[in-house]
Amino acid sequence: MAEALGFKNVGMTFGDGTQALSGVSFDVSPGEFVTVVGPSGCGKSTLLRIASNLESETQGSCVVNRDSIGYVFQDATLLPWRTVRRNIEIIAELHRIPKVERRRLAQNAIDLVGLTGFEEKYPRQLSGGMRMRASLARSLVMKPRVFLFDEPFGALDEITRERLNDELLQLFQLEGFAALFITHSISEAVYMSTKVLVMSARPGTIVASFDVPFAYPRAHSLRYEPAFAKLCGEVSRSLRGALV
Amino acid sequence: MTASVGINITDNGDQSAPPSLRVEDTPRDDVDKTRVSDFAGPTIVLVLFIGFWYLLSTKILPPQKRFLLPTPHRVVNEGFLTWSAGTQRGLRPILLSLWDSIKIAISGLFLTIVIGTTLATLMATRRWIERATWPYLVALQSAPILAMTPLIRALIDGVRVQRILVVVLIAFFPIVNNTLFGLLSVDKSQHELFTLHKASKFTRLVKLQFPAAMPNIFVGLRISAGLSVIGAVVGDFYFRRGGVVGIGAQIDIYRSRLWGAELIASIILASIFGLVVFILFGLLAKQAIGKWHTTTRGR
Ligand SMILES: Nc1ncnc2c1ncn2[C@@H]1O[C@H](COP(=O)(O)OP(=O)(O)OP(=O)(O)O)[C@@H](O)[C@H]1O
Ligand SMILES: [Mg+2]
Repeated sequence: MAEALGFKNVGMTFGDGTQALSGVSFDVSPGEFVTVVGPSGCGKSTLLRIASNLESETQGSCVVNRDSIGYVFQDATLLPWRTVRRNIEIIAELHRIPKVERRRLAQNAIDLVGLTGFEEKYPRQLSGGMRMRASLARSLVMKPRVFLFDEPFGALDEITRERLNDELLQLFQLEGFAALFITHSISEAVYMSTKVLVMSARPGTIVASFDVPFAYPRAHSLRYEPAFAKLCGEVSRSLRGALV
Repeated sequence: MTASVGINITDNGDQSAPPSLRVEDTPRDDVDKTRVSDFAGPTIVLVLFIGFWYLLSTKILPPQKRFLLPTPHRVVNEGFLTWSAGTQRGLRPILLSLWDSIKIAISGLFLTIVIGTTLATLMATRRWIERATWPYLVALQSAPILAMTPLIRALIDGVRVQRILVVVLIAFFPIVNNTLFGLLSVDKSQHELFTLHKASKFTRLVKLQFPAAMPNIFVGLRISAGLSVIGAVVGDFYFRRGGVVGIGAQIDIYRSRLWGAELIASIILASIFGLVVFILFGLLAKQAIGKWHTTTRGR
């Protein structure tokens, strides 16, 4: 299958001389869920910013299907003056989708992430988890083929986080997009992904790659299986190696 | 983004508003509860103030200077309860000149809002305009109107236009400053959301920057509205002609004739007008952005 997202020897040196990435190469195909873990400040966000063209790589090349990209930021970045519904409509609005169609798409996304009944609330009236759902729904509306997630659930409690993990996995199976996901949680990485990449400290580069063999749909009970724990342990060891 | 804006006297705290009038003070979802203390506070202050006033005009001031400050009941009797006496005395002439000033203040404020927000928008979208105009705006705002009166008189005919110009000059800065500050302090990641989906400059302005700037714009509006009242009073002080004059000129006339009661009644009415404008813009802001905008205050 054609790659949806490809990094070829990508390096990034910022104007102030900070070298954030060096020699990063990997692909993500549709139907693949690739997660990057790595120490703080190693360039994970930079990787996503390059993929979405918010930043331009200074070495190598990055190929992305940019017409159909979804980006879930670390914070929900909802527009506080818009209701949940109108927040979720915004991207369709920017793409000039007619109002009726926009409504319908937004409603689908709202139902999908379980925000039904909260359409007319303002962001400040939502909990952190609900805001994240709204942010997810906002990105879902245009049915992106490439989905970038920058630690989307980092600020949430464990239970909410696991619930949202399951919801996101369901969406992933339903839509079959190519996902590039960033997290600090190793168990989240293993639970979600088809492949886990470990990055070294700055300048970030891929030091290890783990294929995750578990079949989808994955259920919560997977987290208690020895094979799951074993893989988490390996990723963890490799991450420790990356730190020294 | 723009250091020159950030460090300036941008009034985001809206320090001029008493708490119960603050737009931002709406509690999350429950209704505003009117408490006894909401009224008790101002009432106590009023009583203390009037008491101090009596003390001042009957005890503290030396007897030969007491004509400067008539007692509160004289002000009420002669300034408010007498409709019309002689040529200039009583409530009627005060109200007439107040109305004259109100018209000037409103025209001036309207013009200020139109020009101010337009300029702020241009400054926010074009850096060189901001760079080119900012120092002069700051200079203008601190330039004394008194010094400009001869120039205004020389350049512009017509007392009305001259007075409106004074209003604009005085009320201009806060609306520009606050609007510009609001337009430029949009969250970076919200901007990136728009960049990601290739939004045009115009779309960004309309769907992102202006809505985000609304709280700041209303702060600016409210300050400018208050200043427009001051501007009108100052304006008719300097620019007047026979017939009905503005409240500022009227106050000056009372002052020169030593009509203390009318003088103080006029001052009170002009202040009430300022207060009404202030409250009006507070309500307007509440109507427009109260639903989503809150600031926190510690308990
Ligand atoms: N615009 C910039 N200019 C200069 N340096 C930058 C810029 N953006 C990021 N950096 C630097 O690049 C490095 C990588 O940043 P990045 O945000 O990608 O890290 P990260 O892996 O996402 O970290 P975290 O896990 O804490 O979010 C950091 O050292 C950061 O200081
Ligand atoms: Mg990051």
